[in-house]
Amino acid sequence: MEKKETLLGGCRVLDLTNELGLLAGKVLGDFGADVIKIEKPGGDPSRNIGPFYKDIPDPEKSLFWFATNTSKRGITLNIENHEGRELFRRLVKTADIVLESFEPGYLNNLGIGYSDLKAVKPEIIMTSITPFGQTGPYAHYRATDLIGAAMGGMVRILGELGRPPVRMSCDPQAYFHAALHGALGSVMAYYHQQLTGEGQHVDVSMQDSVELTLMNALEIAELMKVNVIGTGQVSISVRPPPLGILMGRVVFPCKDGYAIVTVGGGAFVGMAKSSAILVRWANEEGMCLEFKDFDFSQWDMSKITQDETDRKDRTIGEFIKTKTKAELMEGAVQRGIMLAPCNTIDDLINSPHLHERNYWEAVEHPELGESITYHGAPIKISDAPWRISRRAPLIGEHNREIFESELGLSLEQMGVLKANGVI
Amino acid sequence: MTKQIFEGLRVADFCWAAAGPQVGRELAEHGATVIRVESHRRLDILRSSPPFKDSIPTFNRSAFFTQYNANKYGISLDLGNPRAREVTRRLISWADIVGESMGPGAMAKLGLDYESCRKINPQIIYFSTCMLGQYGPHRDFRGVGTHVNALGGFCAVTGWPDSEPTQIFTAYSDYISPWYTLIAVMGALLRRRKTGVGMYMEQSQLEAAVSFLGPHVLDYAVNHNLLNRRGNRDRYMSPHGVYPCRGSDRWVALAVTSDEDWQRLCHVMGNPEWTKDPRYDSVVGRKENEDEVDRLIGDWTKDFLPEQVLAMLQGAGIAAGVVQTGDDLLGDPQLKHREHYHALNHPVIGSHSYHAPAYRLSQTPCVIDKPAPCVGEHNQYVYKDILGFSDDEIADMLVNGVITTDADAPTTVTVS
Repeated sequence: MEKKETLLGGCRVLDLTNELGLLAGKVLGDFGADVIKIEKPGGDPSRNIGPFYKDIPDPEKSLFWFATNTSKRGITLNIENHEGRELFRRLVKTADIVLESFEPGYLNNLGIGYSDLKAVKPEIIMTSITPFGQTGPYAHYRATDLIGAAMGGMVRILGELGRPPVRMSCDPQAYFHAALHGALGSVMAYYHQQLTGEGQHVDVSMQDSVELTLMNALEIAELMKVNVIGTGQVSISVRPPPLGILMGRVVFPCKDGYAIVTVGGGAFVGMAKSSAILVRWANEEGMCLEFKDFDFSQWDMSKITQDETDRKDRTIGEFIKTKTKAELMEGAVQRGIMLAPCNTIDDLINSPHLHERNYWEAVEHPELGESITYHGAPIKISDAPWRISRRAPLIGEHNREIFESELGLSLEQMGVLKANGVI
Repeated sequence: MTKQIFEGLRVADFCWAAAGPQVGRELAEHGATVIRVESHRRLDILRSSPPFKDSIPTFNRSAFFTQYNANKYGISLDLGNPRAREVTRRLISWADIVGESMGPGAMAKLGLDYESCRKINPQIIYFSTCMLGQYGPHRDFRGVGTHVNALGGFCAVTGWPDSEPTQIFTAYSDYISPWYTLIAVMGALLRRRKTGVGMYMEQSQLEAAVSFLGPHVLDYAVNHNLLNRRGNRDRYMSPHGVYPCRGSDRWVALAVTSDEDWQRLCHVMGNPEWTKDPRYDSVVGRKENEDEVDRLIGDWTKDFLPEQVLAMLQGAGIAAGVVQTGDDLLGDPQLKHREHYHALNHPVIGSHSYHAPAYRLSQTPCVIDKPAPCVGEHNQYVYKDILGFSDDEIADMLVNGVITTDADAPTTVTVS
């Protein structure tokens, strides 16, 4: 691969995280940092998380592992062992950032907490990614992705009326938020370190990270004393009696799936215009005639009745049902309508727009004899591109590169360490 | 006061809505001087969005806007007025970073695209972020966050397998994309220290959000397995879900991660007779009978408050959490301990909570001490002290509508 300049080239990261924090090192690595994933001898337990390549459960075939460890090299090292910790400390001397996601206190007990590592290398940055942060009443609570999403408020705002609130099924979103903020906090500390030589401890909480995704739900709770909840396929307007609650459809079935269609207007000029264009499109095909030339600026949410709303939804719904997701998207873009197909992952992979933008990345997996499609750049930077520099490491793939070439261990010494469960 | 990371860093913030302004906000609360450029004639969409102080929809009353603009200076400027050119020229000469989040091509029309800015300030670092990117066949897609959630695949995979896709309340990509942008901005600053050159960065918020689908994209790309909605079910864990509790619309989430967890859960529940069914001993059996297990767990949780279930289960070392509402979060003891919310007194809205970043930096903590500006609140300071306009020039720009005033704004704003 052609070596191009990257944004974080020159930054070295040691990654001790589990599934909660794995994405952080990937983000740093994809922006150019030299990330070394440190696994337990035998491989990290998160390699057992599916889905798996060809559905074969195998620690070298975890697609979760593939997705969260690109642009990293990998070594095995037992930090619970004295010799292992010595080697770890030697690596710390070469590093800028240590990423970890153990229970608070675990690394301190091993003698390799932040204050210990600071003694080894004063300018080291340690980023700790945990469910609730390093201190406080919940610091030692256990949490999975679902618990992080629930405690951070994301579950409450999703789901449909009359059923339990839900997390997104594209797990693990809460872990990913925590890890992305871990990467962000790390780069902030790294920036400071580069300017001043000062290192620090970065304490990241999954709960905080999820809380930041709630849009204006907290402001609504604080100022309006209303808790936002998931309302499924409808939107709900609360109005004073006698009108009461108004429910309007937002998710509509189409020919080959579903679409989000927002119709209305009132004082919202953009929406009124969009609704009129949608009706015009339907009229061209002999549908929605009862709304022909309707002035959507008159669609006053403070006056409209549930019957009128239902009629609008039925009429619009009949038109949407005649179109495919792709047709709806083309119509939306060309005509300027505020609607969007509910894409599924195959729609994304086949999207002409993403294709035109060269979004998807092909990553070689020589051990599997094929190249696999990965998501592409989260931001395009032509002068110092984001890129996937290598596929996720195999177990201990870079042991020789690091232990032998860098730390100067002989093969014989490595053999002894392996036999003793250190590497 | 401790020195802050970005002291001396200057940001010209032409962003609006939610994604873009958050970048400037986190720079500002770590010491950067951020000037947010607005116009009374073309208000930020968030200034027209609830919640408003006392539910009165006027442009300085939205707490949705204030959340993303703390610690910034605000000026009002009609970018469409030809005489705004001299203001933007000085602003861009002054800045290290220019950020914008308008629709594709909008900055070019105003003569403020990267190439134009680079002519004024060759070292400028410039980012553009918008829904679908600056180019590509769908770049002119008109929609808001609600629609991008659908395009990004998130609606189709949220909800129940026997039902339809669901809306996602939040504009999800707005809460993923800014953090990638901010990482890239810091990388660009470090690079500029070494090389002396600035750069351009272009972001599609949709593409940034799709990075959060990583494993599922691979599952489709490799195996043609298409992820569907699965409520709260997990691939491996059972029980794993959200269960009803005592009180109105109260819920608890719990995740049993191993058979040992299961035994502990049975113990906490008082080992009722049904738990002795050997089918439930192993996760395989519990997965096979998951509807039944979920119903039985829900029968147990419904007699307790979610906080009680949380205390009992966490006490036994089982992962559990309250399904927290906005209200719960505002009173959450852990968030209080971490000082996640900072109350700032806004001149129109009064005191309300501003969240902190999700990371705590031990040596260079964030400082959140200035509420978001009202439109044009810092005109005098910025135009005179930072950009060097004389009192006469400022008065002239006011008279000629270059600098917009409250009189230029609509009396009430659209509620969207």
